[in-house]
Parts: sequence; C-alpha cells; structure tokens
Amino acid sequence: MAIAILERESAAGEKVPETNIKISVRNLNLFYGEKQALFEVSIDIKEKEITALIGPSGCGKSTFLRTLNRMNDLIDGVKISGSIVIDGQDIYKSNDVIKLRTKVGMVFQKPNLFPMSIYDNVAYGPKMHGIRNKAKLDQIVEESLRGAAIWDEVKDRLKTSALGLSGGQQQRVCIARAIAMKPDVILMDEPTSALDPISTLKVEELLDEMKKDYTIVIVTHNMQQAARVSDRTAFFLNGEIIEFAETSKIFSTPDDQRTEDYVTGRFG
Amino acid sequence: MSRLKDGIMLALLWGAALLTVGILVLIVGFIFYKGISLINLEFIFSDYSPLGGGGIWPMIIATVYTIVISLAIATPIGILAAVYLQEYAKQGRLVKIIRFATESLTGIPSIIYGLFGAVFFVAALKLGMSIISASLTLTIIILPVIIRTTEEALKTVPQAYREGSLALGTTKLQTLYKVILPSAMPGILSGIILSMGRIIGESAAIFLTAGTVAAMPESIFSSARTLTVHSYLVTQEAGDIELAAAIGIVLIVIILVLNLTATFISKKLDRSNY
Repeated sequence: MAIAILERESAAGEKVPETNIKISVRNLNLFYGEKQALFEVSIDIKEKEITALIGPSGCGKSTFLRTLNRMNDLIDGVKISGSIVIDGQDIYKSNDVIKLRTKVGMVFQKPNLFPMSIYDNVAYGPKMHGIRNKAKLDQIVEESLRGAAIWDEVKDRLKTSALGLSGGQQQRVCIARAIAMKPDVILMDEPTSALDPISTLKVEELLDEMKKDYTIVIVTHNMQQAARVSDRTAFFLNGEIIEFAETSKIFSTPDDQRTEDYVTGRFG
Repeated sequence: MSRLKDGIMLALLWGAALLTVGILVLIVGFIFYKGISLINLEFIFSDYSPLGGGGIWPMIIATVYTIVISLAIATPIGILAAVYLQEYAKQGRLVKIIRFATESLTGIPSIIYGLFGAVFFVAALKLGMSIISASLTLTIIILPVIIRTTEEALKTVPQAYREGSLALGTTKLQTLYKVILPSAMPGILSGIILSMGRIIGESAAIFLTAGTVAAMPESIFSSARTLTVHSYLVTQEAGDIELAAAIGIVLIVIILVLNLTATFISKKLDRSNY
C-alpha cells in the first residue's frame, strides 16, 4: 500500500511535465450497489503511451477501464466518487457523454461488429455524427482500415458482411471502427483474449504502430502481452492499484511483494 | 433392459408426433373433401346471396380490413411499448407489473374482449357495430402478443452491439434505430405474423363488435361479416357444412400465403443484415 501512495505522489508531482499527462485519475471509488469494486484508485496516464492494466480476474481492471469512457453508466446502480480528468476536464462533472466517447474510443474483449458490411461498420460512427458526404466517408473508411492494418485484406470485399471475417480480422475492423471517430484515447478490454496467437501478434504489432497517434489503455490477462506492448503497467488487486510503474520495472524489480508474486505466476 | 426402455420411449415419441400430424391431416383433409367442390373464381369474387349461391367477396374484404387496421394500430404501439420496457425502463416493480399484465391479457378468452368491445367501442364511444369497433377490439387482443414477441426479439440482440454502438459516441436513439431494431426485426416480424393468425382466426370478439351484415362494407364504419363469422353463421343457421368448409379452405390458403410472405421477408431482411 505504501508503494501505491508513493507512486501516486510522484505521478501527481513534479518529475513528470503536466502536458504529457492525458488522463489523471484521483481517489476513484466505484460501487455496484452496496459492493465496492474500486478503492481510491489514482493514476496518471501519459499521452501517446501504452498503459497496461494487469491483475487477476475480478480485480477491477476492466471496471476501471470502463470508467474512462463512462461505459459503466449503462449499468443500473453504479455509483462513483473521485475524479477523472481528461485534457483538463473532469469527465464526471460534464454530462456530455457523447463527446467523451468520441474522444475516448473502445475496443472490446470479443469482436462486436454489427451485422452489416465491413464498410458500413467502419462508416457507422462518422455517419451517426453527421458525415454524409460519400467521398469523405470513403476516405475515412480507407484511412481507418489502413490504420488498423487490415485494408489490404478487406479492400476487395468492403461491401460484404463483416461477420464473414475471421475473429482476428474482425477485431482489427473493430479497431478501425474506433479509429474512424478520430479519438485521442483508445481503451482496449482484453482485445486479444478471443484470438489465436497469430492474430494476437498482428494486433500487438498494430498497437506499437498506433502508439504514435493515440493514447492507449489496455487491459490484459496475458502478462507476456503487457510486457511486450506496454510502456507502463498498473497492477490491480481487489480493486486497488498495488503498483504502477514502467513496465520493465514491474516485470523485473517490482517494489511490492504481491506484484512480484503475480508477475512471476505465483497466483492469479 | 435399457434397450427395451429406449424402444418404448421411441415408440411413444413417434406416436405423439404421428397423432399430431394425423389430426392436422384429418382436419385439413376433411375441410378440403367437403369444401373443394364449391371453390371457384365466382365463389371467391362475387357478392353473397342469402338465397344460396353467391360468393364470399364481402367477407374477404371485411377480413382484410380488420387485419390491416388492427395491425396498423397495434404494431407501432406494441413495438414502442416493448422498446420502452426492454431498453429504457428501469427494471423494477412497475415493469414487472406491466409484464404480468400483458401476460395475463394473452390468457383472457376472446369473448371477454368482445364483450368489452361491445360495451366500450360500440356503445360508449358510439362507433356502432362496425369494422372499426372490431379492429380496435382486435388491437387490444394482439397488443400483448406483439409486445411479448418484440421484447423477446430485443432480448436476443447481443449486449455487445449496444455497447459497441454507444462506445462510438452515438445516442441511445441512434443505437436503437440503426443497430438494435434491425437486428431484432426478424423476431418482431414473427410476432406480427402470429398476430395476423390471431386476427384471422378470431370470431367471437368480431361477432360482438362488427356484427353480421353480409354485404360489402361501404366504409370502416359499416357493420360487416368476416370469414370466420360467416363460416360460423352458415353452419349455425343453415347447417351448410360444405359452404363452411369452402370458407375454411380460403382461410387456410390466406394464412399459408401470409406465413410464406412473412418468412420470405424475414429471410430477406436477415440477408441484408447478414
């Protein structure tokens, strides 16, 4: 616990220039009805980095991720205290969830493309936000699919069902769909857990590429994945952040015994 | 020993299936055997004559009227109600009560609806014995069916679609229109087909609200006789089983055509949605 506090102070403190911090979370508590799922979570997520959230099942990492674009709002009886500031704006003080979610995109655990064509899936977001111009939409779709490294695989079948693609391809189209909104931040909730190793590798390579343009927060159950792709890693346990540091440190010389036990596979 | 049990079980299953199909074949066979000799173009397309001969065209028209009007009213209301219950309402006691109420409504015998229609639409609202009174009564009868089936259809739409759409910064309404309703459409359609069957098959409630006038309805405010009511009356009053059976054939064909059309549409929709 002491380490978490220490980490928090340094995160809020002087070393890191403020401008680099994209998302700043302070003393976040979350309740599902009576049950508390997050306890005093504080973390600073830096711009254009990949931040990995790791921890055993039920530790609150996915719940935390979903507070960042207010997806928890969809669940009845969720109560939140504390603050999440993105680009200087407390997202729970503003009621513009629509604007928040265009800025903070999300990719889910299982590919969840709509039963439409590949083109329509990617164009869905921009269309819903009022872009009607065909040429403009064509351009967004191509850029987004290229951005998700899937353009070459689907360019000849844009008008066919998105559900005919393989799981790995579908997940990259999901990423393209998120990119199409031109977000700043992309949240990923175990995006490769339903994919085979080769597809997983492709998505991981893509993440490395996407880091140039986006701030990425990724929940992963796979510690090798966190070690491979992320710049910083936060270790969650029972709804608290036990340790948050550079990924290399978390996986080599963590400060907390529990972090070490987890990353070396002694539990979880 | 267990092989014997298996054999007995299998025989029972076969027996049950055979009995069901057998009864259906028997009924349809009987109706066709009795009625087919009366079926010709004149019978279908000419006016009814109480002196014998004549056709059933006014009854077909009256039946089509009741189907179209009651579906036109019940479908939008039913879908909106189901969407509210499933997508918007906070799942609490009120919703439970509404669900229980709609479920109970499906179990009420139609004669009771007919009595209500006769008292309320015919008398209190002064709509008289008319197609509109019957259609409004039928609307109440099929509303719970449409609500239930639409709710079931909405339940089968994966939560992941809703999340995926909302996470793109769309509104709930956009998500509903563009993602949820299209995915639920085949299920909603099957509810509408079911309701059509219910309307076509209804007689007691219509008898009490639309009356029995066997002439071509001049407007939706005229009294009229639907096919089922006609079939009942010719059996009851004239004992004319052949005529009743011929009407039965027409009903069977109408239902068959409607079912096939709806299946076709729902398949088409499915394909355009993938």
